[in-house]
Amino acid sequence: MKYGYELAAMILATFLALMGAAFAADPLFQAHAWILFFILSGSSIVLMRRVQFAPAGQPATAEDTSGYMDDVVRYGVIATVFWGVTGFLVGVIIAAQLAWPMLNLEPYLNFGRLRPVHTSAVVFAFGGNALLCTSLYVVQRTCRARLWGGNLAWFVFWGYQLFIVMAATGYLLGITQSREYAEPEWYVDIWLTIVWVAYLAVYIGTIVKRKEPHIYVANWFYLSFIITIAMLHVVNNMAIPVSFLGAKSYSAFAGVQDALTQWWYGHNAVGFFLTAGFLGMMYYFVPKQAERPIYSYRLSIIHFWSLIFLYIWAGPHHLHYTALPDWAQTLGMVFSIMLWMPSWGGMINGLMTLSGAWDKLRTDPILRMMVLALAFYGMSTFEGPMMSIKSVNSLSHYTDWTIGHVHSGALGWVGMISFGAIYYMVPKLWHRDRLYSLRLVNWHLWLATIGIVIYAAVLWVAGITQGLMWREYDDQGFLVNSFVESVSAIHPEYVMRTLGGGLYMIGGLVMAYNIYRTIRGDVRKEVPMGAAGMTSSTVPAE
Amino acid sequence: MSILNKHGAIERNVTLLAVGSLVVVMIGGIVEIAPLFYVKNTIEKVEGVRPYSPLELAGRDIYIREGCYLCHSQMIRPFRDEVERYGHYSLAAESMYDHPFQWGSKRTGPDLARVGGRYSDDWHVAHLKDPRSVVPESIMPTYGFLLTTKLDTSNFSGHLKANATLGVPYTQEMIDQAAADAAAQADPDSDGADAVKERYPKAVVSNFDGDPSTLTEMDAMVAYLQMLGTLVDFKSYDASSQANQR
Repeated sequence: MKYGYELAAMILATFLALMGAAFAADPLFQAHAWILFFILSGSSIVLMRRVQFAPAGQPATAEDTSGYMDDVVRYGVIATVFWGVTGFLVGVIIAAQLAWPMLNLEPYLNFGRLRPVHTSAVVFAFGGNALLCTSLYVVQRTCRARLWGGNLAWFVFWGYQLFIVMAATGYLLGITQSREYAEPEWYVDIWLTIVWVAYLAVYIGTIVKRKEPHIYVANWFYLSFIITIAMLHVVNNMAIPVSFLGAKSYSAFAGVQDALTQWWYGHNAVGFFLTAGFLGMMYYFVPKQAERPIYSYRLSIIHFWSLIFLYIWAGPHHLHYTALPDWAQTLGMVFSIMLWMPSWGGMINGLMTLSGAWDKLRTDPILRMMVLALAFYGMSTFEGPMMSIKSVNSLSHYTDWTIGHVHSGALGWVGMISFGAIYYMVPKLWHRDRLYSLRLVNWHLWLATIGIVIYAAVLWVAGITQGLMWREYDDQGFLVNSFVESVSAIHPEYVMRTLGGGLYMIGGLVMAYNIYRTIRGDVRKEVPMGAAGMTSSTVPAE
Repeated sequence: MSILNKHGAIERNVTLLAVGSLVVVMIGGIVEIAPLFYVKNTIEKVEGVRPYSPLELAGRDIYIREGCYLCHSQMIRPFRDEVERYGHYSLAAESMYDHPFQWGSKRTGPDLARVGGRYSDDWHVAHLKDPRSVVPESIMPTYGFLLTTKLDTSNFSGHLKANATLGVPYTQEMIDQAAADAAAQADPDSDGADAVKERYPKAVVSNFDGDPSTLTEMDAMVAYLQMLGTLVDFKSYDASSQANQR
């Protein structure tokens, strides 16, 4: 019988969710348990329809396990696109709430509850699914081995989606630990830990049974991302629940210790989730798309070890001039500045891979997208060390400059490299000759780029405005501005940033349409990119 | 570059690669975080700092639930403009019972580390209900539902007990009396009001939301806001004294 045990486990879990709702210690946990119950009930029904029966002692129809396990990658690609557009949409909504506060709908759709929905949707749902599906794609091909663990990869995929849904619904209900990018409460954290260990097992298992003698560099980055995130997640989420069937928990640490633990986590969520993992993506997909080997093998060794060693130290730059001891702040600053070098080493290794293939940028918008991603990576990894300098930070901290910085990295680097990887994978995964439309890829590229430039530029202006207004003194030695004057001063910037984010989201919708048509098997009749006769394909180039 | 040539050994062995990267990423965290549990200026006590009263703690939990920390910091940096705008710079000891900390990372609104006692209870209620009724340019969401939502009073002791497990010095008496203390702090005429002030020095006892008949989430929220930054008496705190030297 196929899926027999899986179905039994699913039904048991559904029953436990129902019990959780029945005996909940607080109303929030009860609401959350009901949500879980309905999700698991639906999943049980779906799974039940897939169960296959076979006579005792005989296996059900055997699955073909000779090739790569790509179904789970296909699901991951679709999830990435779906969560990407969702996350961008929530981002546009909360940006609009800052410009027009009447868009807040209390209590569930207030800014304070929606903001973690946005950050988790883009970082963990969009970014996480992008990492999940590309890592499973890359590890099979670079190891020439099918995924280890059979259906365990499916458990990882669906378990991770369940984590996302439980986290997001929890935020709307008001279930949060208030730790930025680690908001889910203890029981959701435990679930993620289980899923993550399964992910690590699938990943390492596949590497172990590889047919290649060497482990390719992309896998170093993916592996260190999986391991480090496990470490950060477990330590940062240590907490004591008030009740076994209650939502609320209290952090194991307090005050200064809690703050540094959180930002050790928070900065390395950027360093390992949004950087190391995506560098793994870069090391596979850029050489593939450019059809050139990676520029320097030695540089990739130095890049890898120095990056993962230095990143961990950078957390205290989030706590400059706070009650954190000075020596820790200074350590954080020094290591953040040193981090500039391996970051640019990685960028150079990626960009120089195009040596001898730069002409492809004229005709290949996918490669163009990857190069733009590397350019934005270079820019934000210069801006980051600069902002970690204490005297710069005294102005930039607490302002929108930080938000702009994060977005030039997230939208520019993480977003663009993921889009590039998706455009590369989709025709191969669905056995299509090419994408539905390369011109739409180009549209996506420009919508996203213009969106990012507007977003980052206006938040520079907004952030520096705030920082300068807060510290402005008049001739008599009095503060010039009340706080709220700094709020109304940046209203135009808040409107503009909503527009920038909106353009980026429209780019995401263009991608979703392009991917949908590609999967359907459609091919758009269009003038090839870079062809001289831009107006008509019938006129030959002269 | 012979050392790079030896890297091949790591590339052929997933155990070496996994363990090697784990060791490399553990170093920074250990060096930076572990000393914070031992060095004096992060674990020192300062006169006046006490655990939250049950009502304040409930208010703090609502502050966390609503994501207030996403727009309001509670950490005043030692700059002239911040000290003049918000008050004395924040001390490590002032958040020593904060599980979790609420220092924040963004000031879309002003810092709240010392907002306690700056505005009346009525102002806070009006402001939370409709921020633009008192500050026309404000972009803060409305929180009128706090006035109509009854405070969950079922498990005050459990919340204190969880904190006590983590080292917050709640006594057994405080844990036993938690529910009574919470009700008494929002009702100045009650018999227990004096006991609250005794157990939690400087606690503000008031009809926070103006309606003494029911204990609402607004009561808890305003009680929390009104105590923020009020515990240490900076008239007598001497930053340059030997004991407070950093």
